[in-house]
Amino acid sequence: MKYMLLIYSGSADAPDECTVEDWMAYDKEAREAGVVVSSHSLADLITATTVRVGSSGERTVTDGPFAESREVLGGYYVIDVPDLDVAVDWAARCPGSRGSGAVEVRPIAEF
Amino acid sequence: MGEWAAGARASVEAVFREERGRLLAALAHRFGDLDLAEDVASEAIEAALVHWPVDGVPARPGAWLLTTARRRAVDRLRRDQAYAARLALIAAEAERADTTAPVSDDDGLPDERLRLFFTCAHPALPAADRGALTLRSLAGLTTPEVARAYLVPTATMAQRLVRAKKKISEARIPFRVPGPKELPGRLPGVLQAVYSIFTEGYAASSGPRLQRLDLAEEAIRLAGILRRLLPAQREVAGLLGLMLLVHARRDARIGPEGELVLLDAQDRSRWDRDMIDEGRALVLVALTGGAPGPYGVQAAIAALHDEAADEASTDWPQVVALYDVLLALTPSPVVALNRAVAVAMRDGPEAGLALLDELAGEAQLRGYHPYPAARAGLLHRLGRHAEAAAAYREALDLAGTEPEREHLRGRLAVVETADG
Repeated sequence: MKYMLLIYSGSADAPDECTVEDWMAYDKEAREAGVVVSSHSLADLITATTVRVGSSGERTVTDGPFAESREVLGGYYVIDVPDLDVAVDWAARCPGSRGSGAVEVRPIAEF
Repeated sequence: MGEWAAGARASVEAVFREERGRLLAALAHRFGDLDLAEDVASEAIEAALVHWPVDGVPARPGAWLLTTARRRAVDRLRRDQAYAARLALIAAEAERADTTAPVSDDDGLPDERLRLFFTCAHPALPAADRGALTLRSLAGLTTPEVARAYLVPTATMAQRLVRAKKKISEARIPFRVPGPKELPGRLPGVLQAVYSIFTEGYAASSGPRLQRLDLAEEAIRLAGILRRLLPAQREVAGLLGLMLLVHARRDARIGPEGELVLLDAQDRSRWDRDMIDEGRALVLVALTGGAPGPYGVQAAIAALHDEAADEASTDWPQVVALYDVLLALTPSPVVALNRAVAVAMRDGPEAGLALLDELAGEAQLRGYHPYPAARAGLLHRLGRHAEAAAAYREALDLAGTEPEREHLRGRLAVVETADG
């Protein structure tokens, strides 16, 4: 079963709770366990652009993220594990779940 | 024939009531889908109602039901494309899953209920639905019965249960007992789900009825099952003990007019002595062999009340000491409130009132009627009648059940007619 771990930081300017070494160690652990399907971290929020297309095809391009929320999506992992308990374990080990951060666990829909 | 058929039917229903939880747990574990498990469990029982009166009750009724239900499930999975894919997956995973099912008894049905307890109380499910799901799945109540228990329309409860089961199935919440490292983190959730059934049965949050004994008894029955499944877990003993020690007072808690009678005014000769003895034995288990947990400590407090001949001779220093332990284990303003009331009994109303006033700003006590009610009681004892009346009115505005309001109105009338 595939799950996406959406990694949120508390806010854009919240102090980073974990080091680059923490992230590298986590990434290595997950890859060596063979659970990682894909993963990326996202560039700074100031680089975000939102696109909408209206009913008559007109395009609206605006600066910034789609939703103005305190929590900022900073990256994700897609992992393939047997069940939610295992997915939650990987989320809990992720440095992004510490401090003011949070990791949302979402099953990938199967069609 | 008619008589025999009626007998067979009663026997089928007795098996179903007793074994439904076990049947469901075994099927849920096998197929990973609570909805499917419920459907085929019902179909198996219907098949039993058709076949047993003709063919006779099988030697191992539980095994017969399980086999029949399994066949129905496999048939259904074969017909359903989406399910078929899942079946293949489950078959593959069954290979690597642990196959240490507890030894089945002579009924032929393995006992997988502990898995189901942990699934129903999984932290990924809404806290409010965990008790309902446990009642539905493990106590064998029907959805309308669960709805009545929680005083909500059947359609509302059905929707909540469907949503919870959908999450179990689609987010793949496993049917498994957490390992020894995880267990201390997960067991409190299971105990909380069972205890929430008990407290729901005791203090209906609204409506004219003060307590629903059947619900309290279901919770005690569920805790009894847990106690057999987890004999080494002292907090399970603590929870069962706590519920027995509180439930032992059920008859004395309701007056002749259906009104609430508080502990200090209860006729203690009406307490259930056998139940108290059973509870006290469990307190010993809960408090022996290591640091106690919160249920064990609460059970010990309940036992001190149950052992006392009246309020005055209650061992209040010991009650306060146990609340100190409880407060350290589970710091909460509600525990602090109960501790303050016990301090008032030990050291006098002034000392208790000072502690209550320290809690005035707590958000958790806002809208919680026992807080102003406790203040009112102590103010009354101090002869500060106008303040007591104001506090009783505040509590009245918040109290949920009619018997609780009636009780508060009675107290208010007393202080309003008192001098000063």
